Amino acid sequence: MRYVARRMGLFVLTLWAALTVNFLIPRLMPGDEATAVLSRMKGVNPAALHALQVEFGINTDQNVLVTYLQYLGNCLTGQFGLTAARVPVMTEILDKLPWTLALVGITTVIAFAIGTMIGVLSAWRRGGRLDSILPPLLFIVSTMPVFFVALVLLYVFAVTLGWLPLASNYELGSTPSLTLGFASDVVSHAILPGLTLVVVTAGSWIYTMRNNMVTTLAEDYVRMARAKGLPGWQIMLDYAARNAILPNLTGFAMQLGYVLGGSILVEYTFSYPGLGYLFYTGTTNHDLPLQSALFLVYTLAILICVLVADFASALLDPRTRDS
Amino acid sequence: MTIPMTPETGVPVAVSPESTAGAPGSAAFRRFAQAVLRNRKATAGLVILAAMTVVAVFPQLFTNIDPQAAIYDQQAGPSAQHLLGTTQVGEDVFAQLIWGTRLTLLITVIVSLAATVISVLIGVTAAYVGGMADRSLSLLTDVFLVLPTLPLLIVLTAYLPSGSLTITAVMIATSWAFAARQLRAQGLSLRTRDFLEAAKVRGERRSYIIIVEILPNMISLLVASFLGLAVFVVGFAAGLQFLGLGNSTELTWGTMLYYSQQNGALESGNALWMLAPGAAVAILGTGFALLNYAFDEIGNPALRPVRRRRGKPA
Repeated sequence: MRYVARRMGLFVLTLWAALTVNFLIPRLMPGDEATAVLSRMKGVNPAALHALQVEFGINTDQNVLVTYLQYLGNCLTGQFGLTAARVPVMTEILDKLPWTLALVGITTVIAFAIGTMIGVLSAWRRGGRLDSILPPLLFIVSTMPVFFVALVLLYVFAVTLGWLPLASNYELGSTPSLTLGFASDVVSHAILPGLTLVVVTAGSWIYTMRNNMVTTLAEDYVRMARAKGLPGWQIMLDYAARNAILPNLTGFAMQLGYVLGGSILVEYTFSYPGLGYLFYTGTTNHDLPLQSALFLVYTLAILICVLVADFASALLDPRTRDS
Repeated sequence: MTIPMTPETGVPVAVSPESTAGAPGSAAFRRFAQAVLRNRKATAGLVILAAMTVVAVFPQLFTNIDPQAAIYDQQAGPSAQHLLGTTQVGEDVFAQLIWGTRLTLLITVIVSLAATVISVLIGVTAAYVGGMADRSLSLLTDVFLVLPTLPLLIVLTAYLPSGSLTITAVMIATSWAFAARQLRAQGLSLRTRDFLEAAKVRGERRSYIIIVEILPNMISLLVASFLGLAVFVVGFAAGLQFLGLGNSTELTWGTMLYYSQQNGALESGNALWMLAPGAAVAILGTGFALLNYAFDEIGNPALRPVRRRRGKPA
């Protein structure tokens, strides 16, 4: 129970820190968001400036503390103001969220499953054929920058071979519907961005899983399982892998931060209209409300995953609960 | 990026008391150098980094074309004169690749070094001082560990003047946390060692104990942290520049990627303009990663490749 409470505490604290950083950054910089927006329009009218400042929640006469509390309240209720194109930020985010959620969610699960499995098998048959090919190969790929892998895949499969589409999430002009044709269109557009994320992340799952397995396999309880004459697969999965997977679970959250960061670059490279692409367009348009809201969305996503991973490892490993 | 999560990697090399001896044991260093040279991955990594360093320091040895002279045919494909083709304004891509090495490597090394120093300051202090200071520093580390780096970088660079200085500063500020956590763990394990007790009894100052007694015992972990950071920084700096968040007048591999993307190099038959700097970034990252991987193996004998046919668990 104390463990759960402590992890919840860290969750709230980090979220608060992220909110505060987000609040402070624009205010520590010269100028404010309203002035930034207006500086891109011609003929600054003081009344217009004031109207925008009110809209952005920048009240120059107001006490900073009051503004801060208002800001916290707005964030908690999802009121992030308007984008540069005068659309509510929240609408824009909710519109793009499913694409990124599906892309990142599915690829992370696939990469985790494949990576962990290969890690277990290659440690079990250490020095075998699988162990000497896949882990080093995927390790090298995983150290490559995400966007480079994306560019190579794009060049090979879309530009040169023309097997898969170059960009976007579905064919331009087709209307989203629940038909098989549209579904296959969506999938074919998602293959390359998804493949990029899987290939880039699987390597580090293999790496940590294999190394943990190697250590676990040398433990006495594995020796005892062998002495009992248990079948190999049972020793491998129930005795070694179950214990070796724990650090991978804790690493899950940290890895997710990397995957989310990588997804921004992947979406940019493939012009895949998810949150990452929105983030990028927000950057080029200097759309500050959009950017700060997206930063919070990414932070929240990671925090939730950290929490889930913590609870999962507490469930699997009683030792975490006691310490 | 590789995040070594095994408990062992927190303590890569066995702490040898002789490395704390007054004269830093040249025997220990020689043994270490031998271990590096005997490891194939480490050798490959060293060769890559050495080659890149030579290119960064003496670019004029490899090309005599001015990388910023826009005097050639525009968007031309590869030819004998322009090995990798030319850019949208008629600059030589190969010359840019060569000259871009310098700033790319410089940013990587500076960020990784500075972030390692910060992680030492925070991690080791937390471990050694303990108590309230430890709790607050650990909390700070945990918070920074969870904050998503790339989104934070994007938000920060949006407000700061664009350029390598901004990217460098922002990356230092956001990338130290993981190493700090590892260093704290190592520091905690050292805390109760006899030689530290002895130093305390001698009445040495805290700063002396940390610098002279603790840090030399962490050299291997410091190197590992530096290498791990470098792998990450190479890709991230290039990624930021690729997104157009760097200073586009500065010549790095990242800005080359930015311009080639803006001009649709892949689709317009000028793919090398984009793939070459991408590959260069990947190779540099791999160089650091190979060294890092080798360090893990050197430090943790259990991970060394088994030369036997079928690995029976040790």
